[in-house]
Amino acid sequence: MEALFLLIPLSVAIIAAATWLFLRMADQGQFEDLDSPGHQIIADDDRPPDRANSPSR
Amino acid sequence: MSADSPSLTQRNTCSPEAFNNHPNRQGVPMTASTTAHDHYHYKVVRQFTIMTVIWGFVGMLVGVWIALQLAWPELNFDLAWLSYGRLRPLHTNAVIFAFGGCALFATSYYVVQRTCHVPLFSPGLAAFTFWGWQLVIVLAAVTLPLGITSGKEYAELEWPIDLLIAAVWVSYAVVFFGTIFKRKTPHIYVANWFFGAFIITVAVLHIVNSAALPVSLTKSYSAYAGVQDAMIQWWYGHNAVGFFLTAGFLGIMYYFIPKQAERPVYSYRLSVVHFWALIFTYMWAGPHHLHYTALPDWAQSLGMVFSLILLAPSWGGMINGIMTLSGAWYKLRQDPILKFLVVSLSFYGMSTFEGPMMSIKTVNALSHYTDWTIGHVHSGALGWVGFISMGAIYYLLPRLYGRTQMYSTRLIEVHFWVATVGIVLYIAALWVSGVTQGLMWRATNPDGTLTYAFVEAVKASYPYWTLRVLGGLLYLAGITLMLYNMLMTIRGAKPVDARIPATLAAQA
Repeated sequence: MEALFLLIPLSVAIIAAATWLFLRMADQGQFEDLDSPGHQIIADDDRPPDRANSPSR
Repeated sequence: MSADSPSLTQRNTCSPEAFNNHPNRQGVPMTASTTAHDHYHYKVVRQFTIMTVIWGFVGMLVGVWIALQLAWPELNFDLAWLSYGRLRPLHTNAVIFAFGGCALFATSYYVVQRTCHVPLFSPGLAAFTFWGWQLVIVLAAVTLPLGITSGKEYAELEWPIDLLIAAVWVSYAVVFFGTIFKRKTPHIYVANWFFGAFIITVAVLHIVNSAALPVSLTKSYSAYAGVQDAMIQWWYGHNAVGFFLTAGFLGIMYYFIPKQAERPVYSYRLSVVHFWALIFTYMWAGPHHLHYTALPDWAQSLGMVFSLILLAPSWGGMINGIMTLSGAWYKLRQDPILKFLVVSLSFYGMSTFEGPMMSIKTVNALSHYTDWTIGHVHSGALGWVGFISMGAIYYLLPRLYGRTQMYSTRLIEVHFWVATVGIVLYIAALWVSGVTQGLMWRATNPDGTLTYAFVEAVKASYPYWTLRVLGGLLYLAGITLMLYNMLMTIRGAKPVDARIPATLAAQA
């Protein structure tokens, strides 16, 4: 099953990279505040300004 | 930190005049004096958004056509270019990579900017990804009917196009991650994690699976052979589903459902946890495509076990998205865009339950090679991927063009119901035909001979194939309505690039 000689090391490398990234992000405080990010995107107002050219049906 | 975070009730404490005149709300039409770093870069988002709907229509039209061909083979008009074998990969490539791909580009480019409070890193490179991707699609539309194919499912395009895909994809990664690096917000919103994982993984999958030795401009040989190639192909194939069609679209879900419902994700904590759980487990599910083949038994069992484990993080995402509506279920009654977004999660839940069930070897012994597999694919494709994309695009279009809403909200509602009926007809028809096929193929007489000839199972499937055409036609009608609604919305509208808000004040 020679394909596994490629796939398993590759998957292990990807998992290692993902683990490294996770730990690094944790160290940098990405997961300290898990309450406000959910609210922040709601507070971001992306509505276009009210203008006359808004048709509604 | 959390004690200082703004609550939703504190949003609207200023007067209406102050609110309307707030600099944040003044989107500015594109003029020569528009400064690049004051405004988001919406142009490439607009381009991809429009092409998503157009390619969706094309891909679904081809889908209906090949469905018709199963019932009426004469519809190939005796031309090789219109034969089922050549049109089917045109359909799959168009709906996955043209429709789905453009949806992912459009939404990820929008979300990464808005959540990071910066314009795209290198709009020029982003423009290259747009034109490059359209070229990939056009080349696919030309080469596949000509019969130029590598024969690998969802990776049929030959090597020159594969190289172009790689170039576009690397550029995509540079634009996306460059924008993240430039961000003004310290926290990286969870949707961007899903997009990032999808971009990186797809790059790895594409490069590994498409490795080939070219022998001419239109022909190459896979670097792998036999069951080794099968293993790599389905490692690719299932991860394409898991990362392209799942992780990427979960990124879309995590932004657009909270935005449309005007409520934060039910549990932000859960979103982080199930993201990591999903990406660690998805890689190993591929062998479930190869049950009872020459793949070693232990590899098949590994795939089966991981596929079952995968049910948990998938449902975590579904529950998180649906429960975001907690306290606001009434909005579903009135808002058809929210209907698309939330119902997509119901289909996601169905498919991520059905999939693990079908990964069980005993179940797979019945379902493999039957229409049940197609039914399962389309429940995920039409229900989850299709609906979340449509909901997101209905959300985006008015904002990209300075409108307060789509041309016709009524048409969105009609689209939703027509498409939902279409999906239900489609998958029910194929469940019945799939199980019928599986049972007829395996039926044996007491003396051990097969009870049915293959053609008898074909004859038994016929009425369900016709029903499936009807389901597909309804879904196609839905996206036709969307195309019309989109064109009427942008007709005469001035494209608008929103102003980037001033740096969030009072951030501790």
